[in-house]
Amino acid sequence: MMNQHQLRAQQDNRLASGGRINRKKPLTFNFDGRSMMGYAGDTLASALLANGVDIVGRSFKYGRARGIMTAGVEEPNAIMQIGSTESTQIPNIKATEQSLYNGLVCKPVNGWPSVDNDIMGLFGKLGGSLMSPGFYYKTFMWPKSQWETYEKFIRKAAGLGRSPTLPDPDRYDHMNHHVDVCVVGAGPAGLMAALSAARNGASVLIADEQSEFGGSLLFSAETIDGKAPMEWVQRMVDELKANPAVILMTRATVNGYHDHNFLTISERRTDHIADTALDGMTRHRMHKIRAGSVVLATGAHERPLIYANNDLPGCMVASSVSHYIRRYAVIPGQKLVVMTSNDGGYQCAIDWLETGREVVAIVDTRKNPDGSVSEKAGQLGIKVITGSVVIEAKGRRRVSGAVVAPINDGGSFLVGDTQLFECDTIASSGGWSPAVHLSCHTGSRPVWSEDILGFVPGNTTEQRWSAGGINGGQSVATCLSEGLKAGQDAAGAAGFDQTPGVAVDIPATASGNDVHCDAMPIYLVPHSKTCSRAPKQFVDMQNDVTAAGIEMTTREGFESIEHVKRYTALGFGTDQGKTGNINGMAIVAKSLGKSIAETGTTVFRPNYTPVSFAAVAGAHTDLLFDPQRFSPMHKWHLDHGAEFENVGQWMRPWYFPKGEETMAEAIEREQLATRNGVGVLDASTLGKIDIQGKDAREFLGRVYTNAWAKLAVGRCRYGLMCGEDGMVMDDGVSACLGENHFLMTTTTGGAAHVLSWLEIYHQTEWPEMDVYFNSVTDHWATMTIAGPDSRNLLAKLTDIDLSAEAFGFMDWREATVAGIPARVFRISFTGDLSYEINVPAHYGLRAWEALFEAGKELNLTPYGTETMHVLRAEKGFIIVGQDTDGSMTPYDLDHGWAVSNNKPFSFIGKRGMNRPDCLRTDRKQLVGLKTTDPMAQLPEGSQAVRDPNEPIPMTMVGHVTSSYYSAYLKRRIAMAVILDGLQRQGEKVYFPLSSGEVIEAKICSPVFLDAESKRQKV
Amino acid sequence: MFLIYCPYCCEHREEDEFHAAGQAHLSRPLDPDSLSDDEWAKYVYFRKNPRGEHRELWVHAAGCRKFFNVARNTQTYEIYATYKSGETLDLGDKPEIGASGSVLNLRKADAPWSSS
Repeated sequence: MMNQHQLRAQQDNRLASGGRINRKKPLTFNFDGRSMMGYAGDTLASALLANGVDIVGRSFKYGRARGIMTAGVEEPNAIMQIGSTESTQIPNIKATEQSLYNGLVCKPVNGWPSVDNDIMGLFGKLGGSLMSPGFYYKTFMWPKSQWETYEKFIRKAAGLGRSPTLPDPDRYDHMNHHVDVCVVGAGPAGLMAALSAARNGASVLIADEQSEFGGSLLFSAETIDGKAPMEWVQRMVDELKANPAVILMTRATVNGYHDHNFLTISERRTDHIADTALDGMTRHRMHKIRAGSVVLATGAHERPLIYANNDLPGCMVASSVSHYIRRYAVIPGQKLVVMTSNDGGYQCAIDWLETGREVVAIVDTRKNPDGSVSEKAGQLGIKVITGSVVIEAKGRRRVSGAVVAPINDGGSFLVGDTQLFECDTIASSGGWSPAVHLSCHTGSRPVWSEDILGFVPGNTTEQRWSAGGINGGQSVATCLSEGLKAGQDAAGAAGFDQTPGVAVDIPATASGNDVHCDAMPIYLVPHSKTCSRAPKQFVDMQNDVTAAGIEMTTREGFESIEHVKRYTALGFGTDQGKTGNINGMAIVAKSLGKSIAETGTTVFRPNYTPVSFAAVAGAHTDLLFDPQRFSPMHKWHLDHGAEFENVGQWMRPWYFPKGEETMAEAIEREQLATRNGVGVLDASTLGKIDIQGKDAREFLGRVYTNAWAKLAVGRCRYGLMCGEDGMVMDDGVSACLGENHFLMTTTTGGAAHVLSWLEIYHQTEWPEMDVYFNSVTDHWATMTIAGPDSRNLLAKLTDIDLSAEAFGFMDWREATVAGIPARVFRISFTGDLSYEINVPAHYGLRAWEALFEAGKELNLTPYGTETMHVLRAEKGFIIVGQDTDGSMTPYDLDHGWAVSNNKPFSFIGKRGMNRPDCLRTDRKQLVGLKTTDPMAQLPEGSQAVRDPNEPIPMTMVGHVTSSYYSAYLKRRIAMAVILDGLQRQGEKVYFPLSSGEVIEAKICSPVFLDAESKRQKV
Repeated sequence: MFLIYCPYCCEHREEDEFHAAGQAHLSRPLDPDSLSDDEWAKYVYFRKNPRGEHRELWVHAAGCRKFFNVARNTQTYEIYATYKSGETLDLGDKPEIGASGSVLNLRKADAPWSSS
């Protein structure tokens, strides 16, 4: 291990003074197995550059050495796997975004065994030129069966980072905000907007992705009010912080801009401290903002120019060189060549020179640059070569020289000899691309501006303003004045007009509005060879998309920019093409002979930068992922070893195994105990809707297919509900509780839909009806006792007369059961004598336990949903959604007895089921099936054919909907829908299975047990 | 994510609380049995799917459970107005698409973020 002193000495590229780093707080970190040191205030990227690290990754396709190119979220190359332990691994973090902390461990996501000696690099050299756009489509398509083999190899070789294999130890959460004005970005424009909006009295939220506010002012050579710009920033921040109506957020990226001014912000709360959150803190927080007005002050990203070998480490974007020097006191090389198409590029040479290192030359693509910065460069003695370009970078592991040549006025071809300049850094500037991404998320298309050579925000229907770099603003002065106006307008639109006496003045800047871009429209720099023969000219570094590749794509016939994007993968990386997209579009436009405005841009969608899945999930994980609903007797089921199944959100006991019983053994025992003695089912989950009002009875008649006019108080009736199309939608028993009072039950899964169905008809079609609906599903605990001994059991717990004469089938009675007030319904879903006991939910567990105390000598057996299914199928009772699928009329189910065509009102479903197609008698109809081999198992979903010897494709005539082993009947039974099934009773159908086996079955009635219905009426 | 004004609760609420329930202003025929199959099919199955202004039925499912009408633009996602079921609304004076603040004008009065 090296000691602190040795580590400090490694920082060859660190300046002795300056920058916004804290030299008193040294931090050690580990990159690719090497120990290094940086300072508090560094990003991982600035610390790597300080330590002289050139190669930070290997390219995706060709394995080429790549270095740090930018200083922000637009970085395509410096992508790291971070984390000191397995559970804290995070893939694909940009080194330019990651604040340095003590003990940080990282390595590049590409490169094996290391980035310095990479095996893919060799492949790249041998096979790289063969890997053209569409390579995968063209090469690995045939034979198709081999794709899975190819894919494994490609994924391993390509991989961008990896997920942790252990659970994340940290917590994440969400937070909601409602503000008058949300300001995105805290550079000069954003700060000014926030200040003016806040002074007008608006509540303001201002968020910035960086570790501190300031934006471009963090590395600007400009002065504000005659002082360093960060002094002004500090004053602004102080005033905003003192205002209780202002929320300031750093390390908070506004990643999505959604409809009606809804924004999502991903805040990284502890990623700058350690790789796991401190006690009591959440690691990431997703903020959800609903704002009256939005001000976008997102700035712009500088574009590099495209030249040969422009991916060599040492090739950088010009402003990022200034950024490293001025903000981090890091100078990323020894000898600099600048190539620029505009005035902006000069500042980086001036900053470089001030550090005492050598500026070899500024190569200006323009013939006659005349801005104030170019004058200043000349005064400083910097060599300026005009009307020329760097056509190619030389070097192997880092830039060692720049090949310079003069160009014609249009910048399309060379007009003289080349000249080689020795250097280790080439900084280029091709102008600025406004960060319009968020402005596009709500569907607004950006507009190409010839003035600034970039896309600017287009029209919107949102209450949105933009200010500064996003509009193409170049000078600090412009940003400040635009920010002021946007802030005032945004606040005004949210109801906060300018308050007299608190006006905001625009501070004076050294260069005022003099700074102008004056850019020459040049994107791809010409080479002495044609694009396809020149060394590679990279457009999208992360996806290894070259200028030659894009040209080939247009030659192959792709014209839409969206198609070019997908064919070449331009802009598909984690950087989403923030540096490369405009250059790529310019190359497409040129090769198609169109303008960039005509070619247009691809659509920007959320998110602006990658967001962790954990932040998206927040606290909604594990048990909080989705609500779970439990019956009041759930604890008893748990204590008695129930296995559960999920029915919607409900957890229902599936079966109750005893000892070592298998599921099959348990449900056989449950079936026989219920058929021969008495069993009990927890039916609390059934949907229950309380319906009251003087028109309640008429309403039931309209929504059910059968008649309700004569149902007496104290009686129950099975009801079938259809949609307007005449198809069965839900079923259940409804009870008449009083002349104007009914209790409707629905299927467990259909409860919410049925309530909504009743409400929409009442509110939109028949508002004159006096009827009220109330979901009471959770108010009642429901226990169904079934079997010949159920009357004997109930008699032990209640005083009411249970004789068949006094309490008949389909009656209900109020009763006291085990001392608890109850409603008892004598209805049956098994075909046996059965009572459904309803008690208030909070008495549910007590009543359930009382049943078992009383039922001991009757061997009362709890049964679950599986046994319930078998018992109902033995009696041919349907389950809507299992035996029906939205294409079955009541007649298809042979439930014509439940349709009353004599009702005066044309009930819902009546007209629909009388369409000619529904009246056909040869539709798919519900029938029973008995397999010839009584133990042959028909899988649910098996397709039926009439002739098993018909050549494939056979004519399919239906399918199995339910299939069980009936312990009571000692054979397997099934229900199916079969074409013309009702008229084909006794005929055979065949079920060819995927195994090759063919099962033969006979069509029969679905009522397998007690066709005369004697058992339930005893 | 829409911000929707419930005309019954008289408050703006998040889209999470609402469900869309299809095209608005469809009346169930008073005498379905007298309709031809074609006429009935039109009522049951045929719906508009315009690009631009549209009237929809929404329900405040996690709120008052009332159904109401929404006049909105399916292209820009602007909501011009919401109004109770049974009511009609003439959008003759509707702001032009793209006019600044057209969504907000309808909701400013009781904007939930309003600090006053």
